[in-house]
Amino acid sequence: MNKQSNTYTIIYIIVLVVLVGTALAATSLALRGKQQDNINADKMSQILAAALITPEKGNVVADFDKYVTEQIVVNSKGEKVDGVNAFDVDVASQSKLAGDRRDLPVFVCTTPDGEKKYILPVYGAGLWGPIWGYVAFDADGSTIYGAYFAHQGETPGLGAEIEKPQFCSQFEGKQVFKDGRFHPIAVVKTGQLPLDGEDYVNGISGGTITSKGVGSMLDNCLTPYKKYLQALAEGAQE
Amino acid sequence: MADKVKNIDVLFNPLSKNNPVVVQVLGICSVLAVTAKLEPAIVMGVSVIAVLAFANVIISLLRNTIPTNIRIIVQLVVVAGLVVIVDQVLKAYAYDASKQLSVFIGLIITNCILMGRLEAFAMGNKPWPSFLDGIGNGAGYAVILVIVGFFRELLGSGTLLGYQVIPESFYEAGYVNNGLMILPPMALIVVACIIWVQRSINKDLQED
Repeated sequence: MNKQSNTYTIIYIIVLVVLVGTALAATSLALRGKQQDNINADKMSQILAAALITPEKGNVVADFDKYVTEQIVVNSKGEKVDGVNAFDVDVASQSKLAGDRRDLPVFVCTTPDGEKKYILPVYGAGLWGPIWGYVAFDADGSTIYGAYFAHQGETPGLGAEIEKPQFCSQFEGKQVFKDGRFHPIAVVKTGQLPLDGEDYVNGISGGTITSKGVGSMLDNCLTPYKKYLQALAEGAQE
Repeated sequence: MADKVKNIDVLFNPLSKNNPVVVQVLGICSVLAVTAKLEPAIVMGVSVIAVLAFANVIISLLRNTIPTNIRIIVQLVVVAGLVVIVDQVLKAYAYDASKQLSVFIGLIITNCILMGRLEAFAMGNKPWPSFLDGIGNGAGYAVILVIVGFFRELLGSGTLLGYQVIPESFYEAGYVNNGLMILPPMALIVVACIIWVQRSINKDLQED
């Protein structure tokens, strides 16, 4: 058989590609369950990170169940939505819908001190790819208890700094309700002040687009929660 | 008997005298990228050993059937398939490490050591020597990765595999972690130091 003929070459490569394709499909199917468990555990530790809890390695699921006492989904009117699992809500696709049509997950977390924190997911765009995070609120519905941000591929040393504690910890203690008005936290250039006098954090020098991305992500994703947070605030005052 | 000796050479030469990284200077890019910590360096090294050994065996088994004009494509398909499998396995069993290594596992496909060994060795040798060659070259690469990772993590973060090694009393006495070690340029400088040591020991590697 002539191994240099076109027919041989074409048949050879088709057989090879089909074999390799089958092997890959089989691996992917066989490992999918395990991978999904890892992704879920990773998401759980991110949610806990917003409430400033570091779960034990290898014990993430148990810790998550221990601290996150309630998972609910609300709509933009602050009413509970039934039949939707908060953990399974795809925040990425929800964040592209109009605010009043979104399913808004809330993870209620009880910290080791027995305080209730309300963790809200956020999702937006950085410079190179998606950025996301979780913001934990105190029971007064206004004060931020902790924040966690992550990114897919922002520039190391610049935009990627948003996941560092130096950036995330700036959010602690900031208020989203100021003088009765609702303002998700602004991210501004160091030395500047936001236009409306709301609470702000300093962006990252050299990571301007990522910093702005964090600002607009908070704006886009927290605004629909306004009614829910207001209700929390009223509940706390009673 | 002569054949046995040759096999041993095939396995051990790449560890020192013919090291793919410090002698042939191949695969440098991933050495820079994944060695800021020891753990990802080890995972990356093991992944390359696995991919290289299996790719060598598969190509060696196929070597008499591969049409010459598409041999590079065939090699790439085999390597790419193996790399995706390794990536999937890591995602399932070493999720943290795979998160840290992110794209670099995928980039094993473009690692020059792989194409070099497949083209230079596996295309012309039997499966068993090819397997040893794959293990040897992969290990030669992994050894350098681990040495670089060891020094960068020890001096840059004061830890090894995430455990604190440099005692607290050192920090109180004024010792500071060298932040420069974490940055990519220091990987290059550490590799250069290894090359220096290597050539001082093996005089026959020195060039005029």
